[in-house]
Amino acid sequence: MKVEIDQDKCIGAGQCVVAAGAVFTQREDDGIVELLVADVPAGSEDGVRDAEMVCPAGAIVVHD
Amino acid sequence: MTRVLPEVPAYPMARDGRCPFDPPPPLGGLREDAPVSRVRLWDGSTPWLVTRYADVRAVLADPRVSSDSDLPGFPHTTPGVAARRGRVKSFITMDDPDHARHRRLLTSDFTVRRMEALRPRVQGIVDGLIDDMLAGPRPVDLVQAFSLPLPSLVICELLGVPYADRDFFHRASRTIIARDATPEDAVGATDDLLAYLGDLVDRKDAEPTDDLLGRLTAEQLRTGAMSRAEIASMGLLLLVAGHETTANMITLGTAALLREPGQLALLRDGGDPAVVANAVEELLRYLTIVHLGRRRVALADLEVGGVLIRAGEGIIAATDAANRDPGAFADPDALDITRKARHHVAFGYGVHQCLGQPLARVEMQVAFETLYRRLPGLALAEPVERLPFKHDMIIYGVHELPVTW
Repeated sequence: MKVEIDQDKCIGAGQCVVAAGAVFTQREDDGIVELLVADVPAGSEDGVRDAEMVCPAGAIVVHD
Repeated sequence: MTRVLPEVPAYPMARDGRCPFDPPPPLGGLREDAPVSRVRLWDGSTPWLVTRYADVRAVLADPRVSSDSDLPGFPHTTPGVAARRGRVKSFITMDDPDHARHRRLLTSDFTVRRMEALRPRVQGIVDGLIDDMLAGPRPVDLVQAFSLPLPSLVICELLGVPYADRDFFHRASRTIIARDATPEDAVGATDDLLAYLGDLVDRKDAEPTDDLLGRLTAEQLRTGAMSRAEIASMGLLLLVAGHETTANMITLGTAALLREPGQLALLRDGGDPAVVANAVEELLRYLTIVHLGRRRVALADLEVGGVLIRAGEGIIAATDAANRDPGAFADPDALDITRKARHHVAFGYGVHQCLGQPLARVEMQVAFETLYRRLPGLALAEPVERLPFKHDMIIYGVHELPVTW
């Protein structure tokens, strides 16, 4: 599973970090999303799908 | 034969007094039969009310839909709210790119990591308040003893607002969110808070402090990027939103859980932070305390749920109805702290979704986990039917919650 983020769309709500903290983080200086890993590690797939669903800004796209 | 046009229903609608935790019953009927339909507001205007989950998310995420309350057609919540516009302008009533520019000044202050780092401090405050409750008389009003002090203390520390001034800003906040506040009172309370926060900015300009308002003063005021008035407006939003919402969630959530002891026991005895975190999401969904909808106005013609909304027409996204949509949540009227509820829209949706949600989550998780563990015999001292529910406020809750243990 691959995940794509759009930092211009991101509003820093942090929903993705709550859903999948092993994959997403927020930049220290402005709270915008960053990927911790390029490939989604085993066990984080459901969390990443949740992150895509709950992201309020549509900034996360998952490719299976 | 003349055809009688169906009457446009008045909004907001009244809740059923026997079901104070449920949205007004007519909302369910509209969601079923007319999910995008006209309602009549206090000023006679007839904006569109959107009640289905998918439509609510679509509207709130649509860049053709504006949050700018200065635009004609914007459906103002109350006469007081309408009268305040122009005096106070923060990113909650701005569109991008201005909205994003202002919001991004604050996003680093409310990241999940920063808020998790506050957890020990929140725990300390919660434990201290419960220590005081245990040492004090019973019954006690949970609002004054616990629900209100907790988020007030935390937001004061974050912003750099003296907690000693809480009586003043609690009173002003209450006026601002009272549905029956006169325009004069709403404007007066707003001006008082803005003057207070402006003075605070001046003090921080003279003597810099290491807190959010101090940092905005140093980095934005002194560089000319923001005016004193803009920082005061932003401070007002953070101060009011930072304590009213969480306080009401803690109180109303406790009232709901005490009525469903099985659910409360699951939360208390789960012994797992994930159980508590899930329960908080379900309570957010179930209670949806921002209960008068998210207000917007269309910038262009757009179709929502098969209905054409014209440019300039007002839209109310009823997040309370959306959070009870059976299309999004099975058995939606049941409080079930084990369900998957993370996709609720209690914090709104789209670019305006709540900035402080990571803070609210930490506060609620610590509050609910600790309160029922340390006061296992917690019980209402008044029957639910006698509780003063906040039908009269823009943010729902209970004015007083007498409890004993």
